Amino acid sequence: MRRFFIIIILCMMAQTAMARDVYQQPQAFINDVFNGNVPKPKMLWVTKELAPDIKEILGHELRVLRLRYWQRDGKSAWILEEIGKEQPITTGIVINDNRIEQVKVLIYRENRGMEVRYPFFTDQYKGATLHKNKQLDRNIDGISGATLSVRALTKLARLALYLHNHADGTP
Amino acid sequence: MKSPIAITCLLSLAGLSFTSPLYAAQPTTLEELSDAFMELEQKVDMTAEMLEQGGTAGTADSKTHIGGYGELHYNNLDSGKKIDFHRFVLFINHQFSDRIRLNSEFELEHSIAGEGQNGEVELEQAYIDIDLNDNHTARTGLFLIPVGIMNETHEPPVFYGVERNPVENAIIPTTWWEGGVGVNGELAPGWSYDVAVTSGLESANYLPRSGRNKVSNAPAENLAYTGRVKWTGLPGTEIATTVHVQDDITQGIDPTAGGATLFETHAVVTRGKTTVKALYAMWDLDGSGPAALGRDEQTGWYVEPSFKITDKLGVFARVNEWDNEAGSSVDTKKKQTDIGLNYWPHEDVVFKLDMVEQSGAIDDEGFNLGVGFQY
Repeated sequence: MRRFFIIIILCMMAQTAMARDVYQQPQAFINDVFNGNVPKPKMLWVTKELAPDIKEILGHELRVLRLRYWQRDGKSAWILEEIGKEQPITTGIVINDNRIEQVKVLIYRENRGMEVRYPFFTDQYKGATLHKNKQLDRNIDGISGATLSVRALTKLARLALYLHNHADGTP
Repeated sequence: MKSPIAITCLLSLAGLSFTSPLYAAQPTTLEELSDAFMELEQKVDMTAEMLEQGGTAGTADSKTHIGGYGELHYNNLDSGKKIDFHRFVLFINHQFSDRIRLNSEFELEHSIAGEGQNGEVELEQAYIDIDLNDNHTARTGLFLIPVGIMNETHEPPVFYGVERNPVENAIIPTTWWEGGVGVNGELAPGWSYDVAVTSGLESANYLPRSGRNKVSNAPAENLAYTGRVKWTGLPGTEIATTVHVQDDITQGIDPTAGGATLFETHAVVTRGKTTVKALYAMWDLDGSGPAALGRDEQTGWYVEPSFKITDKLGVFARVNEWDNEAGSSVDTKKKQTDIGLNYWPHEDVVFKLDMVEQSGAIDDEGFNLGVGFQY
């Protein structure tokens, strides 16, 4: 048993060292969303009208003054970040026809809970809409040991739906 | 606005405006107005960018993060009433680089530590994680043994019941940490593992809980080996199994004691507002010493269904059964039934109430109140 454990540990430590966090660069995500024909980015300013609602969704004030987004034909794409336990989770979210089309974890910096990046988790957000109380229209089943990461992604999903409704050109 | 960065930005903006060629003459044509507007838009963008880049200690931009949790308990039981600030915990974590980080946990129990006092000051975690690649991490230092439901995650807002469940306390024994090295990571989507070689228990009476040396000048005659496999491949589901082995639970002191093996398995399933947790743990101790006391076999299990009535209010029930002398011919089984509720005024703050009834080899009854937080 002793030798088994030591061999396992040495084998794992012999792996090539790389940083663990980037699953897709944000620009590459935007490229994929718009099939290479990326529209010019727009800016949504966090005005006095939007700030209280954003604070209600996130549980804190947004630490930026404006948000960049890409929009065409009723579809908008957002690159948003929210802290899980200690580190921000960079997430790409696509809204189409006021519903979530895609949620994708682009950069994950925490040392646990990374299961949230897999489609078996993020697919739960597909088709979700926002109620008037700014909650999603569905319950999201969490991942044990990743409660804070799940919470962060759910907040970002709600935020993206809310921002889409206030973006330029949204019917 | 007190930020020096903001003041600098405003002065710069004023300076640019003052020196701008457009300051000398007001725009009169549509083209001049358009140029002036674009220049103003660029200045605003630059200002916003500079303000957004300002980071402060303790935010996500900082490499050092502080967190923690705490809980106050009031116990009103037939065996006695007491009030106790059971735990005040500080997490201090530091990111040395993209791949290397420190995680530490410093704890004060029962408010006051020192000679003659009830409390303890403990270092519960202090380890370095090094990411080997995208899927595997090496760990070295003092860390929590990867076992059970509560051993690694026990902040008050994440579990029901004022006190931690007696099965994991008495059998596993939560909270349990040792010093050593390990590797953890992902084998495939939804499949994770942990393996560790650490210091082991030293228990003269063969009870796991009293064998925790907490890496305090601890003997290392007999190391311990832990392996866990966990599956979280379905949202709301966790199934895990841990095996922990040690050649001698007394660290060579007792010739009548031998090897010790812990087997633990659990499942946590959440569907919508309903969660069910179930755990089973068993120690198998070799040697005539443990057998003479019936401690050659020590087992425990519990089942806990819970339901979230609203996002802020949840109710639970738990049936616990454990026996540290399961090898004895006498019935030494202990039982406890809990029912209660949690109220979360904020997702990181919780008020708790539960009613407890013990039976079998123990007898007690009453209720507990608690408040807990994490940050």
